[in-house]
Amino acid sequence: MQSLNVDFQQNFFRLFGLSECYLLDNAQLDLQYHALQTRVHPDKFAHLPESERRLSMQWATRVNEAYQTLRRPISRARYLLSLHGVDTQEETNTAMPVDFLMAQMEWREAVEAAQQSGDIGQLEKLESRLQQEVQYLQESLAVKIDHEHSYAAAAEGVRKLKFMEKLAEEIASAYDEIDS
Amino acid sequence: MALLQISEPGLSAAPHQHRLAVGIDLGTTNSLVATVRNGISVVLNDSDGRSLLPSVVRYLSDGTVQVGTAAQKMQSEDPVNTIISAKRFMGRGLNDIGDTVGLPYRFVESPSHGQGKSTGMLQLRTVAGVKSPVEVSAEILKVLRSRAEEALGGELVGAVITVPAYFDDAQRQATKDAAKLAGLNVLRLLNEPTAAAIAYGLDNASEGVYAVYDLGGGTFDISILKLSKGVFEVLATNGNSALGGDDFDHRIYCWLLEKNNLSALNAQDTRQLLTRARSGKEDLTKNVETTFTAILTGGETINSTLTQHDFHVMSQNLVANTLQSVRRALRDAGLKVEDIKGVVMVGGSTRMPQVQHAVAEFFKQTPLTNLDPDKVVALGAAIQANVLAGNRSADDWLLLDVIPLSLGIETMGGLTEKIIPRNSTIPSARAQEFTTFKDGQTAMSIHVLQGERELVSDCRSLAKFELRGIPPMVAGAARIRITFQVDADGLLNVSAYETGSGVQAHITVKPSYGLSDAEITRMLQESNQHAQDDMVARALREQQVEGEQLIEAVENALDQDGEALLSPSELGHIRSAMDELRAILQTGNHLAIKRAITGLNDATVTFAQARMDKSVSHALGGRKITDLEEV
Repeated sequence: MQSLNVDFQQNFFRLFGLSECYLLDNAQLDLQYHALQTRVHPDKFAHLPESERRLSMQWATRVNEAYQTLRRPISRARYLLSLHGVDTQEETNTAMPVDFLMAQMEWREAVEAAQQSGDIGQLEKLESRLQQEVQYLQESLAVKIDHEHSYAAAAEGVRKLKFMEKLAEEIASAYDEIDS
Repeated sequence: MALLQISEPGLSAAPHQHRLAVGIDLGTTNSLVATVRNGISVVLNDSDGRSLLPSVVRYLSDGTVQVGTAAQKMQSEDPVNTIISAKRFMGRGLNDIGDTVGLPYRFVESPSHGQGKSTGMLQLRTVAGVKSPVEVSAEILKVLRSRAEEALGGELVGAVITVPAYFDDAQRQATKDAAKLAGLNVLRLLNEPTAAAIAYGLDNASEGVYAVYDLGGGTFDISILKLSKGVFEVLATNGNSALGGDDFDHRIYCWLLEKNNLSALNAQDTRQLLTRARSGKEDLTKNVETTFTAILTGGETINSTLTQHDFHVMSQNLVANTLQSVRRALRDAGLKVEDIKGVVMVGGSTRMPQVQHAVAEFFKQTPLTNLDPDKVVALGAAIQANVLAGNRSADDWLLLDVIPLSLGIETMGGLTEKIIPRNSTIPSARAQEFTTFKDGQTAMSIHVLQGERELVSDCRSLAKFELRGIPPMVAGAARIRITFQVDADGLLNVSAYETGSGVQAHITVKPSYGLSDAEITRMLQESNQHAQDDMVARALREQQVEGEQLIEAVENALDQDGEALLSPSELGHIRSAMDELRAILQTGNHLAIKRAITGLNDATVTFAQARMDKSVSHALGGRKITDLEEV
């Protein structure tokens, strides 16, 4: 029997036929994702034997996991680094440059102030500025990972992005609070 | 056979008859059944030409059941035994219902969890005994099933049943259990807004991001979907599974009580006024004012006039509540109002002018209403059923839906830890490792919850999963890997094994608001007029059908890929398992058939894997997975 022996441990990038880079063509990723799900999704197997339905579930789940990991910059970076044996230590390593931490405190205070006064306009401004900051961080990550291959340095970049992600969540909560 | 027909567009399913499958909209107020006939999705009518079946079930003392219009006619006369809007009780406990004033039923608190009976779902005491909302819903489904089988002239292969997108696991499982009681094979539980999008999408075939605003009798959903080249992708969904047209009725009902200085009405008067409230509400859609007249059982007369304006004011916060959910969904999708290409209105309650106005104003565009808001969900479900039954796969379209609420587990200190976040595309899985607390511990209990909050008490308890059979070890030595899998129906399955020994843990599910397998079996037996004989005959036929379908599926697979992917001996092995099943199908021995089916399934496992690999590599443009290199 011709066996392709697909390994479920296989690399997410390979699954989508993409090169292992931080910079990624999202449109290309989406196309590959759709092409794959079209083949493996449980809806295509609803009337087929149990053995095939089970396989379909495993595959579709795996494809979803791979897609979700690669489409978001932070999870993609984290994953790439793990492929190179580098753990981003987001939970354990909280040592950050002082100026970064100071900036974080200022951000937090600004979000809280905007929430207290119910200032949606201000929240929107903060959100927009945050998106810009995230953009800079991502560009710097791309350089560190794809060009310099300095993965340890990139790990710090990911930790910074994680802080930014938490800030984005706080802004979302602030919107929610004002809304209710 | 979807896998293979993708490479041969235009061909329909292998030469056998069209499989009979339907889409069912099990609504709070009305239910419908639809099917695809001659390539068009149509709603099936009853013998009087009516398409809507009121979701009303009446229990009589002689044990008979009335469903639909006949039951509805008696609702004011017999309010205690005429159950309306049972959907609002599916997977819900008594505490969830809150204000039972205005609900004329006799509620029964279910025995508490852990005393042998696991259900926390409320029940209703009727003249025919205590009934679960699941049984009530099953009666509605039975009627729709007969309607369909009569109209289509044969037995159904399965049905797609729709549920509100915001339904949690317990509500979904209850729906599936109702289908089981009604003898329906559920092909898929489909989210209502997604079903509506399918009905609209295939009609209009227009790419972009759409919002589906679905306000039914008892539930509200908002889904944001992206439609691109035949792919329906849900970006985010939000809603309120306890907000619908009924609540608008309730506002009017409370106003009537206040206006007429009434309080503590009996069941008949309550039902009468609620019914008046509903028709008055509908009247106010077209008219500037409406008058409520009624004579109560005590002789008091009601004669009150309500203006459209006042109704809009009193229901304002209900509409505002829906828009709050809409804003959340947009935020989760990372989108703004400007990004939405079109808004689809679904559900009878979207006929209310204040709702249409509020939605149009919010989205800054006129909502699409060209398809009947009462029928669009059933029509979409039928289209999906047609695909899932295997009738149609030439048009490659894909549905990617999401789980609406985060799944989490209880950790120390009454906190929840999210395992699968809301709006994750399904199917989805996450694994988590746990260890033992005491030396020699062989069992473990995991409490799973749904919701966004941090405290266990603020989330919805789903179930307790009890794991047994952990090899006894020193405390902390065991590595139990628990996998949480959400399937395409949005239902959770849990599996666990000890990574050191590879021992699979045995899991018992204790649903917090659901029925146990034993309870379902009991209900099945009770509902069966002819008890034992019929059950046995039915079980046998089900196995025979399953066996026939399996043989057919394997034959097709062999036709397509047998030569390319199998060695002569592997092929022989599969063929002999098939021959064995064929022979046993004739015998009428239910257990032997079951064994032979398992035998054939086992024989085709590696073949199935090879076919999947081939299909996946086609998707990646013909490169073999193992050949992929860094570009």
